[in-house]
Parts: sequence; structure tokens; C-alpha cells
Amino acid sequence: MSWRQPGRRFVIAVPNIWLILFFMVPFLVVLKISLAEPRIAIPPYSPLWEWINGEIKFNINFENYAYMWEDTLYINAYLSSIKIAAISTLLTLLIGYPMAYYIARAPEPKRSILLLLVVLPFWTSFLLRVYAWIGILKTKGILNAVLLWAGIIDEPLVIMQTDVAVYIGIVYTYLPFLVLPLYANLVKLDDTLLEASYDLGASRISSFFRITLPLSMPGIIAGSMLVFIPVIGEYVIPALLGGPDTLMIGSVLWDEYFKNRDWPVASAVAMVMLVIMLIPIMILRRAQSKGAEI
Amino acid sequence: MKLRFTPIMALFGFAFLYGPIVSLVIFSFNESRLVTVWGGWSTKWYGELFANEQIIDAALLSLKIAAISASMATVLGTMMAMVLVRFKRVRGKGLMGGMVTGPLVMPDVIIGLSLLLLFVAMQALFGWPAGRGFTTILIAHITFGMAFVTVVVQSRLSDMDDSIEESALDLGASPTRVFFDITLPMITPALISGWLLAFTLSLDDLVISSFVSGPGATTLPMVIFSKVRLGVSPDINALASLIVLVVSVGIIISALLMRKKP
Repeated sequence: MSWRQPGRRFVIAVPNIWLILFFMVPFLVVLKISLAEPRIAIPPYSPLWEWINGEIKFNINFENYAYMWEDTLYINAYLSSIKIAAISTLLTLLIGYPMAYYIARAPEPKRSILLLLVVLPFWTSFLLRVYAWIGILKTKGILNAVLLWAGIIDEPLVIMQTDVAVYIGIVYTYLPFLVLPLYANLVKLDDTLLEASYDLGASRISSFFRITLPLSMPGIIAGSMLVFIPVIGEYVIPALLGGPDTLMIGSVLWDEYFKNRDWPVASAVAMVMLVIMLIPIMILRRAQSKGAEI
Repeated sequence: MKLRFTPIMALFGFAFLYGPIVSLVIFSFNESRLVTVWGGWSTKWYGELFANEQIIDAALLSLKIAAISASMATVLGTMMAMVLVRFKRVRGKGLMGGMVTGPLVMPDVIIGLSLLLLFVAMQALFGWPAGRGFTTILIAHITFGMAFVTVVVQSRLSDMDDSIEESALDLGASPTRVFFDITLPMITPALISGWLLAFTLSLDDLVISSFVSGPGATTLPMVIFSKVRLGVSPDINALASLIVLVVSVGIIISALLMRKKP
């Protein structure tokens, strides 16, 4: 469609200016403040450059990054976040793949209803759904009551305020993010390939591993990255379900800002987190463009 | 022979998704404050919920922010989607596409911190926004809402045949007229889903709002979070049940409306 000036320019400019101003520029501000020194003032950091007698004087310091390197808290928090994100992505995949597969193979009217059922919880408050797990998992909660009543355990399980509770919360929250792209991929799978494989004598299991699984790789990768990337920076789930030992970088950043009021260190933590996320974001981009080709 | 494994796993998955929600609804009617003790049916927590002015005020503020930000996000997101799908010969389309999907994967803590630092810097430079609160939360929610609207509208536009729009243009209609008379009616369902998505996400956001909010503006998730950190609180169960009711009714109505269409 050939849109002429100046309406065309207006339509291009408005959303882009908005995004540049409120999404791109903020990262430059974070970068700038991560190179500043903390000060007890308003705002609580030193200026990066100053005009002194008509000369510009730069004040760049890498102290915050050096500090993060020396204090093991930060490195451990990054590693622990990556570990938690990786394990919970794997668990989500183990539960999500059969669901996506089952929905994709279901007959049409049933398929729409099942898809709706996957998306429905997403529309109710995320915060309240995480909160629901407190009542289930705590020592005097529903799960322990049921297990004790059934005689499966004699002592209540301690799940609340451990990493196990965090894993459950993450898998629960992010399951739809994985099921949807995976379903979109599996539903396009050509049935004739599987039929040919059965005709040639392959078992169902070997056909699955040699045909369905490799062909659904773009869906697996896209879905996994949609879980992995946001989980690295997750704050709410460890805050509600995790305990004092649960170490995640999102919580560290939150505390640096809200508790320690150290804006430069919080900014440095955010910059390093961004760098860590670049690789999974690039993998996601590639998987999404590949998925579009099929 | 059919693999029995998949339906069982799928059933388990759905039970996993719905179990916690069902438990919230059941225990919202529990007379007792304790989760494991059933004290009989009661609606007293609903009474307590509506008597809590802090929660009601926060809910009204959140609804207001969600409605305004979703509407602005729909306008901006639709413009962005039109540029990305329908506009020809636009330089930097790849960059724009990358930029607009950024907020979808970026962790909330980073978006919140970076926007807050921007607002503080802007206030120091231009004196605007003066302080933080309603306006700054609104700007933040419009920004991530528009990313979601763009994706929804973009996929609808690329599935849609543009020959009708092309022929209207060939017959001399102005691009503005073509958009409002042809494109807009055809993408209305996508606009509605995009708006609802932005509305829900805004209503649900805790982390970004906490960063960019000021003393005067406390949204509903902020109130819920501060209550819930101290443990289970039955009036929050009542609130959750009301939200589940509203969402279920909404989804059923929209599913019925969709079914009527060919």
C-alpha cells in the first residue's frame, strides 16, 4: 500500500519515537548510572561529566563492576538464576510437550476447547496464582494434609520456602508460554510422514523420536527460550515461595534498589543481566524465523 | 494401538494448571482462617474484602490505569503493526521489529529500573514528570502493552489478504479512508484481543509499577503483594475468586460470540 506524506511519516514516527524514548533510551541511562559513583544526595549518584571552567571533565568509574566481581554474592546469584532457569525450563518442557502434543492431535472442536483451557489461567492474576501455592505447599497446607491423610507420609514435607517451591511456581506460571508455540509447531506436522514411517515398520516410539521430535525442534527452542529468558530475572516467585537460601539475580537487583538504595550497583547488576540474556534472545530470534518458514 | 501415556500426561498438566485456582475458590468460602481446617461455608471474607477501603481504592486505581494504558497501547501498537506489515519502503523495519518485541522478553526488574532512572533523569533535566505516580505507571504500562498489541495485530494483518485495500487505493480512496473503512473493521477482533491482553497485563503488573510508582499511587498488585508476603489471607482468596469469576464469564461470552461468526 502506498501511503503518502505526511500522514505516512506521522504513523511511522509516533510509535517509534515512543519506543525509543521509553524503551531504548532508558538502557543508556542505566549504562550511564552503572558507571557513576553512589552518593548520599538526590539523585543518589555522581554526574558522569561536569563543566569545570569551560572544560568538560569525565567521571567514569568501573568500581561497581569491580565490586560485583569481588563480592561472590553477585556471581553466585547469576549462576544460581541460570541454574534455576535451566532446570525449570526442562521441567516445563517435560510437562508441556505431552500437553501440546495431545492438543495438536485432538479433533477440531475439542482442540479449541483444550487450547482455551491452556490460555485461561493466564488471564487470571499471575500474582494470585502464585499466592495459591502458598496455601497448598506450606507445612500445614493442603498437599501435606492430603498426603498425611492418605498415609503416604508420616511427617509433613517441608516444601515452602525452598527451591522446590520456586521450581513448582515457575513451571506452573510459565507452562502456557511453552505450550502455545510448541502447539503451533506440532499442529503443522504432516501426518503422512508418520503414516509412511508406520508403514515401513517403525514403532510409534521410534517414529516419535526420529520424526516428530526433530521436526518440532523450532517449537521446542522457541517455547524453552520464552520460559528461560524471563525466569532469569524473575522476582515475584522467589519472593513469595522461596526461602532465605533461594538466590536469584532479580531479587538481588530489587534489594539493591529498594533496600540498599544503591542505584549505581543496581544498574550494574541490570547491565550484566542484559549481556547474559543476549545469547538466549538471539537463539529465540533464530528459532522464531525458522519456525515461520515451515 | 494408541499411546496411553500422552492423555494421562495431558490430564496431569491440566490438573496442575487448575488445582491451585480451584483451591483458592473453595477456601474463599471457608469460615476458618486456616487452610487445613474447614470451619463451614461462609461468605464473611467477601464482606471483609468489600469493607477494606485500601483494597477498593487500589482496585479502582488499577482499573483506571489498565483501561487508559490498554487503549493508548492499542492505538500505538496498531500504528506499529501497520508500519511493519503494510508500509512499503520503510527503512529500518528489521530494527523496529526487534525493538517492539524487546519488552516481551525483557525481565520486569530491568524494565522497571531503567524506566525509573529515565524518569528521574528527565525530571532533573526538564522538570517533567514532576514526581512519580499515576502518569509514570501509565507510561510504563503503555510501553509494554503496545509490544503485545503489535504482535497480535501484526499476525492478523499478515494473515489478511491486502487485495481489497489495494483495489480501494487504485480506485482513488485516500489511505486514511482505506484504513478506517476497510482495514479497521477487518482487524477489529485482533484489536479487541490486543486491548484485553494489554488490560490484563497492566492490571497484573507488580514489579514495574513498584519501581516507577510514587507515594501517592498504590496499585492493587502492590496491596496484594504486601498482604500476601505475610502468609495466607482469606480476603485475598475472596478477591481471587471474584477475578476468576469475571474472567471465566468474559471468556465464555467471547467464545460464544466467536462461534456465531462464520
